[in-house]
Amino acid sequence: MTSENAASGPGERTPWTPRGSGNGLALPRYHSAAGVHPPLRSPAYRSTELRAPKRPLVPLPQGLTEVTGPLLGSERVTAQDADLTIGHAGEPQGERIILTGRVLDSDGRPVPDTLVEIWQANAAGRYNHVVDDHPAPLDPNFTGGGRCVTDSLGRYRFVTIKPGPYPWRNHYNAWRPAHIHFSVFGRAFTQRLVTQMYFPGDPLFPFDPIFNSIPDGKARERLISTFDIDLTEPDWALGYRWDIVLRGRTATHFEAEEDQ
Amino acid sequence: MSAGITPSQTVGPFLAIGLPWPDGPHVVPEDTPGAMIITGTVLDGAGEPLPDAVVETWQADPDSRFDHPDDPRGQMPPEVKAFRGFGRSMTDADGTYRIVTLRPGPLPAPGGGTEAPHIDVSVFARGLLDRVVTRIYLPDETEANMADPVLNSIGDPARRQTLIAEAATGGSAAFRFDIRLQGERETVFFDV
Repeated sequence: MTSENAASGPGERTPWTPRGSGNGLALPRYHSAAGVHPPLRSPAYRSTELRAPKRPLVPLPQGLTEVTGPLLGSERVTAQDADLTIGHAGEPQGERIILTGRVLDSDGRPVPDTLVEIWQANAAGRYNHVVDDHPAPLDPNFTGGGRCVTDSLGRYRFVTIKPGPYPWRNHYNAWRPAHIHFSVFGRAFTQRLVTQMYFPGDPLFPFDPIFNSIPDGKARERLISTFDIDLTEPDWALGYRWDIVLRGRTATHFEAEEDQ
Repeated sequence: MSAGITPSQTVGPFLAIGLPWPDGPHVVPEDTPGAMIITGTVLDGAGEPLPDAVVETWQADPDSRFDHPDDPRGQMPPEVKAFRGFGRSMTDADGTYRIVTLRPGPLPAPGGGTEAPHIDVSVFARGLLDRVVTRIYLPDETEANMADPVLNSIGDPARRQTLIAEAATGGSAAFRFDIRLQGERETVFFDV
């Protein structure tokens, strides 16, 4: 942690005031994600009907609050948090998997030391949650939440079980493809991302309005992990690999005008 | 350059398995001198509260600083050591969230001028395929709000007003900020 400031010596606190700070500030600028994310109003996903805003979004210039963000790291996790198969009396039912990948930005830079949080259904497609009434068994040895922090190369790694697909009430005979929810911070408010990771070859893809809410087919495919035999460990667990790409940035300058 | 960016998906209805932290709502501990409470309800287009949303906040410290290397004025740890800048509150059965924080300072704005004290907000919920982003401004920062370039970019005064918290009962450091996803008083949401 440094506390250097141009107007004072290192370590000295200098509150910023609107008067007397006419320095130009160089802020990173994060690339637009236009066309990548699903439109908020996606009628095939019925829950959007009353929840997606109807007014157009207002452009927000990327200022100091937007180009900074919480740098939450190792203080929020323990080593056990990355293994969803431990911490209970016994082993969970299902197909044990190793899930790893990198958090990168769209310019290819790794995003190190960033918090990754996941949650998922059990192998039978049942969430350990009061509002899930799918008549599939709960697993006393599986809760389904995990977290870890990326290493210096942006890598994360979880051990878990492959979640099952499950029915939902969006439309007749609606089933969600098997997926794991991911939450990632990155280094700036602009990079915050919550998404879902899917498994290759799922026959439910063509029928899922959430997966298909993403307009671009290539962007949809970026949510599908790949099976990796080299990551797979003999007699123990299958390996899946999935990279997460956040918005990249360029450095730009702006001139503050307070003293002009 | 949006090439290769991972698309967003909804948090779904079961976010409570993965996202709650015991200290999530505490940007600062409850007993911090000067602590400010912001509460509000997240409402859908039918006026129904969302019991399955999460509200996240991010803000400058009271000295207008960020403990972050990309702040070109210099990274500065907060004077109140426990200040995290970040808050996360799940909504309860009544759709209500609650954040305990300190009043942020004003900031130099991109393009010149001064941004009034504000808190950036992300809302995630079932039915939201991407987060929605808004800002909380404070009602007793009248002059600063009048000079704020973001507030001034919103022509309709009624729309602008959706970004300004209301004084709440519970003293001078308690504010109410409801988030209306749709409807006549739909909150202003931003494309950042």
